[in-house]
Amino acid sequence: MNDLTNTPRTLPRVSATFDEYTLSEIRRAAATGIYDIRGAGAKRKVPHFDDLLFLGASISRYPLEGYREKCSTEIVLGTRFAKKPIELKIPITIAGMSFGSLSANAKEALGRGASAMGTSTTTGDGGMTQEERGHSKTLVYQYLPSRYGMNPDDLRKADAIEVVVGQGAKPGGGGMLLGQKITERVARMRTLPAGIDQRSACRHPDWTGPDDLEIKIEELREITDWEKPIYVKVGAARPYYDTALAVKSGADVVVVDGMQGGTAATQEVFIENVGIPTLAAVRQAVKALQDLGMHRKVQLIVSGGIRNGADVAKALALGADAVAIGTAALVALGDNDPHWQGEYEKLGTTAGAYDDWHEGRDPAGITTQDPALMARLDPVAAGRRLANYLAVLTLETQTIARACGKSHVHNLEPEDLVALTIEAAAMANVPLAGTDWIPGRNGNF
Amino acid sequence: MSLQMRSTASADAGARVFDLSAAPVRELNAALHALPPDTNATLWRVINPRGLHAIAAGVDAPVTIEVEGNVGYYCGGMNKQASVIVEGNAGVGVAENMMSGLVHVKGDASQAAGATGCGGLLVIDGNASARCGISMKGIDIVVKGSVGHMSAFMAQAGALVVLGDAGDALGDSLYEAKLFVRGSVASLGADCIEKEMREEHKALLAEKLTAVGILGEVDIGEFRRYGSARTLYHFHVDNVSSY
Repeated sequence: MNDLTNTPRTLPRVSATFDEYTLSEIRRAAATGIYDIRGAGAKRKVPHFDDLLFLGASISRYPLEGYREKCSTEIVLGTRFAKKPIELKIPITIAGMSFGSLSANAKEALGRGASAMGTSTTTGDGGMTQEERGHSKTLVYQYLPSRYGMNPDDLRKADAIEVVVGQGAKPGGGGMLLGQKITERVARMRTLPAGIDQRSACRHPDWTGPDDLEIKIEELREITDWEKPIYVKVGAARPYYDTALAVKSGADVVVVDGMQGGTAATQEVFIENVGIPTLAAVRQAVKALQDLGMHRKVQLIVSGGIRNGADVAKALALGADAVAIGTAALVALGDNDPHWQGEYEKLGTTAGAYDDWHEGRDPAGITTQDPALMARLDPVAAGRRLANYLAVLTLETQTIARACGKSHVHNLEPEDLVALTIEAAAMANVPLAGTDWIPGRNGNF
Repeated sequence: MSLQMRSTASADAGARVFDLSAAPVRELNAALHALPPDTNATLWRVINPRGLHAIAAGVDAPVTIEVEGNVGYYCGGMNKQASVIVEGNAGVGVAENMMSGLVHVKGDASQAAGATGCGGLLVIDGNASARCGISMKGIDIVVKGSVGHMSAFMAQAGALVVLGDAGDALGDSLYEAKLFVRGSVASLGADCIEKEMREEHKALLAEKLTAVGILGEVDIGEFRRYGSARTLYHFHVDNVSSY
C-alpha cells in the first residue's frame, strides 16, 4: 500500500488557457445567458507605443535647447477643401464622447479643459448640447449612423463635422446605451422612449460604400456652404484601404482609432477581439496618404491608448498630424480615481478597473446621468485638471521633439524611432533597436 | 450665376429660374441659403437637374422650389420650411433628415427616402425603394405606390403611410413610429406587429391623408396599422433569437 502522506504532491496548477478571468466569465455567462457588456477599450496587452524608442540627438544630429529654443506645436486641420480650417494650439484633441454616455458636467469639463489649451472637443452619439457648444471653443460634431439629434442648425454651429464610420473599440459595431442612462433629457435628444435599452445602428441609413460616402460628404458640404472641415473616422481594421477610400470620398481629415480606443458600452468579446492595435494602424494609414500624394494635405488623427507625451510624439513621428484622447481625458477628469475606492468596492470592482460605464453608477460622476452622482464632478475643477494634463502631454512631446532636434513637433519622423520588439518593428515599419532590420520592409506595407 | 427671371405657368409674378446645365448645384444652394426669412423670392424653378446630387439641400426659408426633372441623391436634405417639388424621380435619401416643410416627389423615389427625418411631410406619388423611412424621427411620409424591403427600419417617430404594398421586414426593430399600409405586407421585421386600428389611429391617418389632399380618394377602412411590440426595448436572454 502506498503511503500517500509521504508522497510528494505537485502544486495546484492554474490553467493558462482557463485563467481566473476566463473562468469567472464562463460562470457569469452560464448564470445570465447574455454577453458581458462594458466600457473602455481593449485591456489585453498588445504591441503599443511602449515598444518604440526615440534615438535622440547624437554626433550626426544636434538637439534644441530646452526652455530656450522654440518647438512649435500648433496645427491646422481641414486644409483640403474647407473654407474655414481648424487651427489648434496643440496636436492633441479630445475624442468623440456623447452626452448620454457622459454626464453634462463631464462634457462641460472636457470643453473647459480643451478650450483652455486651445484644442477641440467632439460630440458623440446623441447630438450637441448647449453646454458643450458653449464651453468648447472648437467643437467637432459627429455625424453618426443613428443621427440622434442631428439637425442642420447644429451642423452649422459646429467647427468641423466628423462622419463616423467606426471606432477602434468596435469596428463594425453600433452604439449601445442601456436604459439606466436614458433619462428624460437623453431620450428627448434621441427621440426615444425614456428608460429603454437603446441600440444605435452600425451602418449609416442613407449611404453604403465609398461612392455613396463621397456624395454624402458633398451634401454635408453643400448644407454648410463648404465652410467646415469634414473628418472621416474609422476603427482600425484595414487602415490602408479605409484611409485611401476616405481620401477618395473627399475627407479633409481622416481619424483612425485603434483597438485600445474606448467605448461607452460594448460587448467585451467585441472590444478584445475585433480591430487592430493603434501601433499597427498608424503606418498603414500614413502609407495610404503617401501613396496618394496626400500626406499632410489630408490630415491624419490617430487615437486609441494615447497616455503621455511619448505616445503623442511617437504617433506624430510615424506620420500622424494629431492624436485624440478619450479614456485618458476621463481619467484626468477623475474617472477611476482611488478617492472613490470604497464605492468601487461596493460595485464589485476596484479603482483603475471600473468599466461598467453603461450602468450609470459611476462614483466619480462622469459616466452617469444620476443627478446626485453627477454633482460630485465639479466641471471647473475637472476642466482645470484636464488642461493641466494636456499641458503635460504637450511639454513631454516638445521635450522629445527637441531632443531629436525638431523645431516643430511635426518634424518628428520615423527615422527618429527604433523598436524594442520584432512585432513592433514590423508594425511600425522602423528598425529593431541596434539593427537596421525592418521586418517585412519589402512587403506591401 | 445662371439665375434669370422668367414667367412660368406656376407663378404669375415670375419664378426665379435656375439652369443647372449652366451653373453648378453649389451656386443654386448658395443662393437658396442666402435668402432672408422675409424674402420675396418665394418661387424658384430649377431646370436641367439631370440627376445631380444635393439639389436644394439645407434650405431654411419659406419658399417653393420646383425641380423640372429627375434628381440624384439627397435632394431636399435637412430641409427646413421649404416646399421642394420634384417633377420626376428622386435618387437615394430624398428629404433625408428633413426638419420641416414639404418634399413632394411626383415620380418614384430610390432607397432611404425620408431617412432619419425629424419633421415635415414627404410625399411620393410613385413607389419608394428599400428602407423608406429608415430611422425616421418624426417626419410623416406618404407613399402613394409601394415601398421596398426594410422600410421603417429602426423608425423612432412619425407616420409612414403606404397606399400600395410593403416589402419584406417592414418596421424591423421599430420604436414608436406609426405605420399604415393599405395593401399587402410581404413580411414584418423583428418586433413589428399588426396593431388594432382604433379611432385615434383612424383620425391620425385621416390627418395625414388630408395633408396630402387625398382624404376623399381612399378608404381609411382599407388600411392596417403596424407598430412596435416593444419586446426588444430591454435586453433579455429569451429574445436572443431576435437580436
